[in-house]
Amino acid sequence: MSFTHTSHPKAAAEFVQNTNRMNWHDEALWFIRTKRDRIAQTVPDWELLRQQASEIKAHTLSKLDTYLQQFEENAIANGVTVHWAADAAEHNAIVLKLLQKVGATKIVKSKSMLTEECHLNPFLEKQGIEVVDTDLGERIVQLRNEPPSHIVLPAIHIKKEEVGQLFHEHLGTKKGSADPQYLTNAAREHLRQKFLAADAAITGVNFAVAETGGFVVCTNEGNADLGAHLAKLHIACMGIEKVIPQTKDLGVFLRLLARSATGQAITTYSSHFVKPAPGAEMHIVIVDNGRSTQLGREDFRNSLKCIRCGACMNTCPVYRRSGGHSYHNAVAGPIGAILAPNIDMKEYADLPFASTLCGSCTDVCPVKIDIHNQLYKWRQVLTREGHAPAAKKAGMKMMASVLASPKKFSFSGKMARRMLRWFPKLAVNGTLNPWGRQRELPKVPDQSFREWYKQHKKETK
Amino acid sequence: MSRQSILEAIRKNKPETIAAPAPYSSVKSDTDTITAFRTSVERAGGTVQQLSSRNEIAAAVQQHYPQASIVADFVHHPSNSHQNLLHDAASIEVTVLEGQLGVAENGAIFLHESDCVNRALPFITHNLVLVLDKSKLVHDMHDAYATIDTMKEGFGVFIAGPSKTADIEQSLVIGAHGAKSLLVLLA
Ligand code: SF4
Repeated sequence: MSFTHTSHPKAAAEFVQNTNRMNWHDEALWFIRTKRDRIAQTVPDWELLRQQASEIKAHTLSKLDTYLQQFEENAIANGVTVHWAADAAEHNAIVLKLLQKVGATKIVKSKSMLTEECHLNPFLEKQGIEVVDTDLGERIVQLRNEPPSHIVLPAIHIKKEEVGQLFHEHLGTKKGSADPQYLTNAAREHLRQKFLAADAAITGVNFAVAETGGFVVCTNEGNADLGAHLAKLHIACMGIEKVIPQTKDLGVFLRLLARSATGQAITTYSSHFVKPAPGAEMHIVIVDNGRSTQLGREDFRNSLKCIRCGACMNTCPVYRRSGGHSYHNAVAGPIGAILAPNIDMKEYADLPFASTLCGSCTDVCPVKIDIHNQLYKWRQVLTREGHAPAAKKAGMKMMASVLASPKKFSFSGKMARRMLRWFPKLAVNGTLNPWGRQRELPKVPDQSFREWYKQHKKETK
Repeated sequence: MSRQSILEAIRKNKPETIAAPAPYSSVKSDTDTITAFRTSVERAGGTVQQLSSRNEIAAAVQQHYPQASIVADFVHHPSNSHQNLLHDAASIEVTVLEGQLGVAENGAIFLHESDCVNRALPFITHNLVLVLDKSKLVHDMHDAYATIDTMKEGFGVFIAGPSKTADIEQSLVIGAHGAKSLLVLLA
């Protein structure tokens, strides 16, 4: 599924038009951000973990060729076939050939942002192959003929009543039912049939371990495992940046990933795939698609450390209030705005301007990517390359519609505290300066004095 | 194949070698591992029952799943048993497996492929019971990786709680595609 919107401001403006939905979306994501904060605070060495993760990734990137070769060698020794793809087209062609070789026509796929990036689904569908996304959120957006709006929570922009209507149409659930338990159960029954009938499974890769040739896939639903274990052919697709040196490094990354993503201590399943099951085939496709170019851009190299946790989106005041689709790229939010211009500067010139540069993304990133600095640097690069004027103008317009409506911004009373949520780090000095790089605002108390006094009076009565 | 050109581009563009950080040593919590493990499993949506002896496993399973008629117990039976059930694994109501190790900080239990009997089994069964020796609890993921070789066999998995999703309006629903419940029996 591809994007129909081509500019962030335009799409954001549409999203913002529905104030209720925008506030609902904003709150849903902020809720996840607070869950992340709460669980991070329970880990005494959280900051050390982030530092360690960042350094492991920096080291790996500096020897990326060596580690990829080591990974390949070990995977081959494990009986896995390894393929290399320079770009999306080559990736898709490799997958198609593997499927055709075994005559596979029914495919189950678990979450993989890489295959979204490569637009694999529409490509395979054109060849008459049925691709079923099996992550519940991804299935929902697939049935709606939409791309995911968030890398971890693909259907975060959709209300349960809309899911109810969708499932009524496609899965025959009761009309008007919007109970998440009931709807999830209907999806479970529907997708179990798909798992049992599938000829092949496609999964992503969270971490590929050079020293063993094995790789780890994390899910809460168990969909990657059901797909991969029940089908005779498993194709795992990974970007070149997914490799890490050693198995024990997984200890660091698995402690950070789910806590940062959803505020859970770990995902339900952290599956370690090493060898194909007896009688089954396992393939790995290693994809570049612009990543080696990004590796050469010193200012943006660190973006390759990303472990796709989504924390930077959940905290971003612009993402929360403009929605994932407004980024018109497979990866939305602050990190998407760094990755996308690397692939196509002109097409994605607007994205680095879709930020207040408040720095909240950088604060939450588990691998310590200096996200807001990179966005700032992209603006300079885009200006130098002549892509900026239109993008900047567009960005300003977006900023105005998302953040600067006086109705939405009262600087007094309750609203002032909400401001912190919208500008988690931005100093509020009476004027709104989206371009400013400001110092941090002192923490605003949860209650105003007046609220506190009122409540206190009630309690002492 | 683009292998060569990709590797060359990486070689050309990568920075100078940055040393790997020193091995990580984590800060351990003082909560005892059994209490912490129990809390973590419950937070992940599972149930923990402590047994005084392994003889109580069957009774505990019966007590938690009184309605279940299709039960595949691989702790009391060798892994080559229940072949008839495995042919129709999707209809198994309760599967009982032995875990290798449990992690206190997150409630995850590790199973090697041989512990799973069949790779798909812990996922396709409607309910999962994992038996774990109390002595096999560790503090955190670093200890877990230091204790066992998770990549020793063709497959291995950490399981924390039953399968779940919050993809519909962030409402937590237990029982997505995998097991709808997880009972941990600490023996
Ligand atoms: S940039 Fe950091 S916070 Fe954002 S998705 Fe990647 S790892 Fe997570």
